[in-house]
Amino acid sequence: MNCLKPIRFAGAILFAAIMGVVFAAKASAQDVPDLGPKPRLVIKPMESHIGNVTGHAAAAKSDYRRYCAGCHGDFGDSNGENAVWLDPKPRDFTIATFKCRSTPTGTLPVDEDIFNTIARGLTNSNMPVWSSFTKQQRADLVAYIKIFSPRWEKEKAGEPIKIPDEPPVTLESISHGKALFTKLECWKCHGPHGEGDGPSAATLTDSKDNPIRPYNFAAGKGDSRFKCGNTNQDVYKIFMTGLDGTPMPSFADVIQPNDAWDLVHFLRTLQVDRHSKENEVLSAAHGVIPPYVDRNPPPAAAPPADNKPPGGAN
Amino acid sequence: MKTHYKKFAVMACTLLMLGFGLLYSTRKTLNVSAAATGGITGTIKLDGTPPHQKPIDMSKEPNCAKEHASSPVTTETVIVGPKGGLKWVVVYISEGLDAATASQVPPVKPTWDQKGCQYIPHVMALDVNQHFEVSNSDPHSHNIHPLPKPNGANHEWNRSQPPGTPPFDQVWAGEEIAIPVKCNIHPWMHGYIAVVKGPTAVTDENGSYTISNLPPGNYTVTTWQEQYGSQSQKVTVAAGKPATADFTYKAK
Repeated sequence: MNCLKPIRFAGAILFAAIMGVVFAAKASAQDVPDLGPKPRLVIKPMESHIGNVTGHAAAAKSDYRRYCAGCHGDFGDSNGENAVWLDPKPRDFTIATFKCRSTPTGTLPVDEDIFNTIARGLTNSNMPVWSSFTKQQRADLVAYIKIFSPRWEKEKAGEPIKIPDEPPVTLESISHGKALFTKLECWKCHGPHGEGDGPSAATLTDSKDNPIRPYNFAAGKGDSRFKCGNTNQDVYKIFMTGLDGTPMPSFADVIQPNDAWDLVHFLRTLQVDRHSKENEVLSAAHGVIPPYVDRNPPPAAAPPADNKPPGGAN
Repeated sequence: MKTHYKKFAVMACTLLMLGFGLLYSTRKTLNVSAAATGGITGTIKLDGTPPHQKPIDMSKEPNCAKEHASSPVTTETVIVGPKGGLKWVVVYISEGLDAATASQVPPVKPTWDQKGCQYIPHVMALDVNQHFEVSNSDPHSHNIHPLPKPNGANHEWNRSQPPGTPPFDQVWAGEEIAIPVKCNIHPWMHGYIAVVKGPTAVTDENGSYTISNLPPGNYTVTTWQEQYGSQSQKVTVAAGKPATADFTYKAK
């Protein structure tokens, strides 16, 4: 009887040891899930050309990782660690769809468009102003952004739209702009006073199905900025190219170039607290925009005075 | 005199040869077009109770609400006809097309209309590089916003189309089944454009379709339905009479 004890004891130890090994193996298999091969980022030799500055993707590697990857992600897929907290979401560079372009809807932007966006930042979003970067740094980053989507290798950028010289701001152009704002139904999303509260505003989503708000022209006090720049030319570009990836369409098919300037002049008056030529003209008229009278169809009814060419030959 | 005969004989011979040549060549082309008249027809059915289609509230667009006041519009994800036929199913040839048939672009220019705050048709099948027109029959604006898959041959665009503006021409550069189209102003508006090489069809309210202009051969016919996805079967097309390929989807 006694002589069997050690054998039993040894058996128990052996059993425990085997169980332990099995259990440990199982546990370790659970602790380390199989993630497959580690994804690798290939920095393709992309370039950008801004004036006489040439940007190289490889040169932007450390800047991108330090300043951009936190939101845009190491792989440019907008899944940086901060992205979950952001609204609107950071741009996903893997799909190469950009809001701020000088090129028609559906096309790639030119390098300057992205270059300017980096410098300007995007108002009403978490994209800050990166004016502290040198031109070379920004050009390199523009090139770096191109490594994330094959579109940049397969396609050329779109042809920038032509913007005619801006005509003078007049009460008539503001009034025509207002008529266009009504006719083109900008108010459906932006609201009758441009406050971003139109009947369709609540249901808008971007191309990734995230809710998105239409621009509120009246917000932002004296310095209210537009998403894609602050000059009248930038405003012109916004609605003539559309903000791809958002509900904002291109109106290039339906607005004549000079009519577009009238719309720009009216949109400026919606930025009620902003100092602008448009608001000066409007306040000189005691803030009343007269109803628009079509200048083309009834020539007989037109006032006889104005015979000067619009360019104003001196 | 002898030389005259000779000349005449040579001329007659050439004429005869030319004539036969012409006859032969026309016969050959006739043969080809006769062979190309093969095709596939069939019916696509839904087995089971179709899912409930929700009525669409268009009160935010009074024009459209008024237009559909007598018969309210519903969603169109699964539309079944009186005999169980499944409407809006895309049918195309996924395998077996010869290069010539695949590269032939139909000369017709279909219209993608916006009417009563709906897309007419709800599903459209197009060839790669086949032009189509986008029109707006409504008395108010729409924006047309197709959302192709990123990084393919087709790209997202977004255009405004106010009432009374002329239709505009569009084209897709690559195959894609199917590109969703939406209007951001009227979030209930949904449609699909399937872009496929070669002959295609979309089923009608009886679930029927006809694909014509197929040369004889062995093909794989594939269907696509927006909710239920794809099915395939092999079909042999003979010259002259159309082959049959029926499909049945199970209601979920």
